[in-house]
Amino acid sequence: MADRISDETIEYIGILSKLELDGSEKEAAKADMEKMIAYIDRLNELDTEGIEPMPHVFPIYNAFRSDEVENGDESVRTLANAPVQKEGSFVVPKTIG
Amino acid sequence: MMDIMDMTAVELGKKIKARELSAVEAVEAALARIEEKEREIHSFLSIDGEGALKRAGEVQKRIEDGTLTEPLAGVPAGIKDNICTRGMKTTCASKILEHYIPSYTAEAVQKLEKSGAVVIGKTNMDEFAMGSTTETSYFGVTRNPWNLDHVPGGSSGGSCAAVAAGECSFALGSDTGGSIRQPSSYCGVTGIKPTYGTVSRYGLIAYGSSLDQIGPVAKDVTDCAAILDAIAGYDRKDSTSVARGSYDFTGALIDDVKDMKIGIPRDYFGSGLGPEVKDAIMRAVKVLEEKGAYVEEFDLGLVDYAIPAYYVIASAEASSNLSRFDGVKYGYRAEDYDGLHGMYKKTRTEGFGAEVKRRIMLGSFVLSSGYYDAYYLKALKVKALIKQAFDRAFERYDLILGPVAPATAPKLSSSLDNPMNMYLGDIYTISVNLAGLPGMSVPAGYDSRGLPIGMQLIGGCYKEKDILRAAYAFECATDKMYVKTAPPDRGTADEGEEGR
Repeated sequence: MADRISDETIEYIGILSKLELDGSEKEAAKADMEKMIAYIDRLNELDTEGIEPMPHVFPIYNAFRSDEVENGDESVRTLANAPVQKEGSFVVPKTIG
Repeated sequence: MMDIMDMTAVELGKKIKARELSAVEAVEAALARIEEKEREIHSFLSIDGEGALKRAGEVQKRIEDGTLTEPLAGVPAGIKDNICTRGMKTTCASKILEHYIPSYTAEAVQKLEKSGAVVIGKTNMDEFAMGSTTETSYFGVTRNPWNLDHVPGGSSGGSCAAVAAGECSFALGSDTGGSIRQPSSYCGVTGIKPTYGTVSRYGLIAYGSSLDQIGPVAKDVTDCAAILDAIAGYDRKDSTSVARGSYDFTGALIDDVKDMKIGIPRDYFGSGLGPEVKDAIMRAVKVLEEKGAYVEEFDLGLVDYAIPAYYVIASAEASSNLSRFDGVKYGYRAEDYDGLHGMYKKTRTEGFGAEVKRRIMLGSFVLSSGYYDAYYLKALKVKALIKQAFDRAFERYDLILGPVAPATAPKLSSSLDNPMNMYLGDIYTISVNLAGLPGMSVPAGYDSRGLPIGMQLIGGCYKEKDILRAAYAFECATDKMYVKTAPPDRGTADEGEEGR
């Protein structure tokens, strides 16, 4: 169990999380995750054979409604929160080479 | 007359209705108390004094012309800063949302405002509600009004400290694993986490969506019921909202627990529980027993598995929910970066604090292929077992009574070095969220240093009324001796100081 979180794993977690860790942060995160995972491993003491996983406590159904604007045009207020905007659009770094 | 800010919300509302006071005077009193206290306590992240006075004036007009008759009309309120308020900054106490101004108001706040409550500001919290001390806030810690060397608890620490200090008459918090109940216990205020689906999550910035609920933080049980009356209700904008039969929570305030069956889980009173907390809770049990409740000890089971299951599920949901913070649509964007993915990574790395990153990484790990079944699915199965354990208990009892937390409020900066220890502080509250149940913290005593102790009442699904009734009966029996604002001049008291 001690080496569950390898260098490759922490690298992969960084990619999935979209977080950038430098060398010392990676080591700290590894140690931290090891500790958490070791603690979480105690769930394996429980026999859950035949138990249905429960994502929600109540039965949840898709809630549909018609796609109608109900709160008016909020584009100005919405765009005002963008870190960078231009001509009514969000500005992002170049995405296609 | 007693100081306006030492009245309960309902008492203040009555005086406003009777024209003994005006809504504007109430807001002025709150702002004066904030002026006096805020420098040392720091409950608020933003205060909108001018806007609040204007809204109070409008509310006053509607009270006078008879269109506004609700019990909370004109009463000043604080809102946790993960609940959206149109035109008012909503930061989640995070650098990444430092300048975010929502274009809409959360359903729960809209309902409050409709009932005449006046929002005066937004309260401090652990960053994205991840923490148990309010120390992970990017904008600095909140101090416990009962002793400034101690934390207020968390994550709704700002809401609870503000109410305890009388900086607002009541507040809204949110509870994902105990974030209303634990700080309520530490600050000597009354807080309730309703059954999942009771209060709309529309406009609550998500942490663990299957666990999050908004709820009241107030001075007493009557206030909690009145606030719930105002904010609960079906909302089609929240796909997990539940249409319930009755919402009259104030009607449940009956001073009678005769023949009510209360279960005391032995597993909540083990070696981890501090002796002073234990004594206070056992005294509270005695009070209800003397009023005619039938009390019995029982084994709930699975208590040690709730925290690991919670951290898997909440972190998994958080890693997904927080993926929206990418430096494009709102919030912080890093300055120098290399390409789109570089921008995402740098923005998030600079924008999130350590505890948030820890949970995003854990969540990404337990959801990743190869580990999903072993961790995420396993935790969902354990959650099902925990729910079954509660179902069995509620076949026999109307209520479960125990402590909220193993100890009273820890000292500032004594928790963050060891997150595992901090997580263990949530051992009695977390399973309630996993099972979707209502739970309440009611002030029930003080430790030898004068720090408040809360008892927790847990009800079956949709059984808030049982909780409110027992809590109200307890308050009546103890003559509300634990319902009070924190005493003034709680400077940096010595550790050895004798309290009451």
